[in-house]
Amino acid sequence: MLYFVARRLFSALSVVLATLVVTFALFFIAPTDPAAAICGERNCTQERYNDIRENLHLDRPKVQQFAEYTAGIFAGRTFETSGVVQDCKAPCLGFSFKSNRPVTEMLASRIPVTVSLVAGYSVLVLTIGVFVGSMAAKRRGTTADRVLMSSTLVLSSIPYYIVALMISLYLTILYPILPRGGYTPLSESPGKWFAGLLTPWLVLGIYSCTQYARYSRGSMVETLSEDYIRTARAKGLSDRVVTYKHALRSGLIPVVTIFGLDIAGSLGGAIFTERIFDLPGLGNLVLSSLTTYDLPVIMGVVLVSSVILVTMNFVVDVAYSVIDPRVRLS
Amino acid sequence: MTAPANDASKGPQDAMVDTVPSEGGVTREQRNPAVASRERRTTAMSPSGETPYLVVEDLTVQFPTADGLVSAVNGLSYSVPLGRTLSIVGESGSGKSVSSMAVMGLHDRKRTRISGSIRLGGDELVGLSENELMKVRGDAVAMVFQDPQSSLHPLYTVGNQITEAYRVHHKVSKDVAKKRALEMLDLVGIPNPIRRFKQYPHEFSGGMRQRAMIAMGLVNDPKLVIADEPTTALDVTVQAQILDLLNNLQKEFGSAIVLITHDLGVVAEMADDVLVMYAGRCVEYGTAEDVLARPRMPYTWGLLESIPTVSAANERLRPIKGLPPSLLSLPGGCSFNPRCPYADRVKGERCTTDLPDLLRVDGAGAHTSRCHLHDKASIYEAEVAPRLG
Repeated sequence: MLYFVARRLFSALSVVLATLVVTFALFFIAPTDPAAAICGERNCTQERYNDIRENLHLDRPKVQQFAEYTAGIFAGRTFETSGVVQDCKAPCLGFSFKSNRPVTEMLASRIPVTVSLVAGYSVLVLTIGVFVGSMAAKRRGTTADRVLMSSTLVLSSIPYYIVALMISLYLTILYPILPRGGYTPLSESPGKWFAGLLTPWLVLGIYSCTQYARYSRGSMVETLSEDYIRTARAKGLSDRVVTYKHALRSGLIPVVTIFGLDIAGSLGGAIFTERIFDLPGLGNLVLSSLTTYDLPVIMGVVLVSSVILVTMNFVVDVAYSVIDPRVRLS
Repeated sequence: MTAPANDASKGPQDAMVDTVPSEGGVTREQRNPAVASRERRTTAMSPSGETPYLVVEDLTVQFPTADGLVSAVNGLSYSVPLGRTLSIVGESGSGKSVSSMAVMGLHDRKRTRISGSIRLGGDELVGLSENELMKVRGDAVAMVFQDPQSSLHPLYTVGNQITEAYRVHHKVSKDVAKKRALEMLDLVGIPNPIRRFKQYPHEFSGGMRQRAMIAMGLVNDPKLVIADEPTTALDVTVQAQILDLLNNLQKEFGSAIVLITHDLGVVAEMADDVLVMYAGRCVEYGTAEDVLARPRMPYTWGLLESIPTVSAANERLRPIKGLPPSLLSLPGGCSFNPRCPYADRVKGERCTTDLPDLLRVDGAGAHTSRCHLHDKASIYEAEVAPRLG
């Protein structure tokens, strides 16, 4: 088990490292010159432009720049702009071109928003989605099962952002049944944190729950017909124990696999959700940075997203091996 | 389809000397368990002549499907005393597994119609609620399944599965259950039980897995063990070991065994009584000696003839020609008639029009068979026995 975790950890770190290289390359592939972007359009003289290039070390070899960027992340670094020295502490991702604030600081306030959103989403799909699917599998062929499954099909064939906009419009503004979206840090007020995120969670979660219900139903129908389920019943176990202990454990394996693949998608969904409910998360930040070519911020968001993604996938891998002991061997 | 269902108990010469009126067509829901228990009798005899523990009478199992009603088991009656083994023999789809699943109450209630009577130590099982059946399953009756590879849960340790089986029926702590499980693992001949307890089924070999399965089945000391082709998925060399194990455990626990198999070699080794099934009906029933040495039904002859022998190495195998009939549209008369090589020896069209009753072979004794042939004994002695060598 320990060996398994260590191996997965190693591969996770190499993915982060690769992302680091690729995002850094953005600096040079991007259709904008960073120095020109900082310099602005109006008061930019050749002298000032050269000055900025020199301060950002853009005139140095690319390998050295990368080394400095990477070193900044682990040890911090200093920037000197026209004689003013700015200290950038340990996980240094540079300064925003536009606001001149450290990127790390900008991200720090936004990561909890996106993480809250994705975590709530995960809890919803893995509980309600899986539970609904299991119930449908147990009652397969009945009217309830058919109604449930066809309604999930209808719901999941409407594009997500339309569902989100409609719910937001009808249920929080026109008929304020649900609280409006907003973000209050968890440490400040757990109640407000929950209330503000409830609608975004439901919107993002229920939409995916329909898909998870379908995956789980399919997987559970298959599992329930396994020989070892018959064995479990032959032991004299109750229907509930057979379904939610013996069948669900095997039935979860494909669902967890899909969940692992789906996490990237849920981060994408988070961008829409943050936009629609105006939550100050990473998605909103990256959208506004893209329009202003604020490269350090974009790089920062991509890097942090990849770390979130890799972490979640690592958790999924470990969860997978906890569910299925056979995974640890291979 | 439904009319002949009760003939086994209607027949005047019926083996069970049945005096209880037939209950064919009555479903579980309609039967009142209280009424049923008043009907309990202790006089029913098995072919080997002892008071039985399990008595199955006029059991009919039907599945409504989109294409019509499938009668998987039709008017089946048998009984097994404690300490004895009944072998149910037949091809795939003959209803041997379906009937024993009915004894365990493992069929999906919504999709199955069960009628007749299944009595365990005198208590009626047909008509019991799911909760009442749950208490019987795994406790008084245990089942050993065909393929231990797929019948053990792959994600739980063997020890976990055995202790679970014990704790369903015994309110004991995990430690007590573990002690019991280790005892059982040792009893079924698994070396190093303490290490094996913590392992998963995929870490066991086929034979060890089946031993673990048997340990799980017997952990509650059941009075009746239903073994559904317990050796089919195993290596030939391991098969004998597992059969020996079952035999020894039976001697130790004194339980009744229903052994479902299509392997007549297994039957010869294990069975006290034999019941041959074809297309959902009993076609021959008697002691192992009667059925194997003096079979009185062409289908049984066919089964015996299809066993390959070493001495006949250069001869072709003699299969029973044709395929088992679809249970949706059974042939008229005797279900076996389209495949029966002796059907033309019966006068008239009786084989295709009348379902033969399950009659006593010699007019006495408990050996019964379902066949219109008049001179079964002489045909067997003159034509079939020589071919068996």
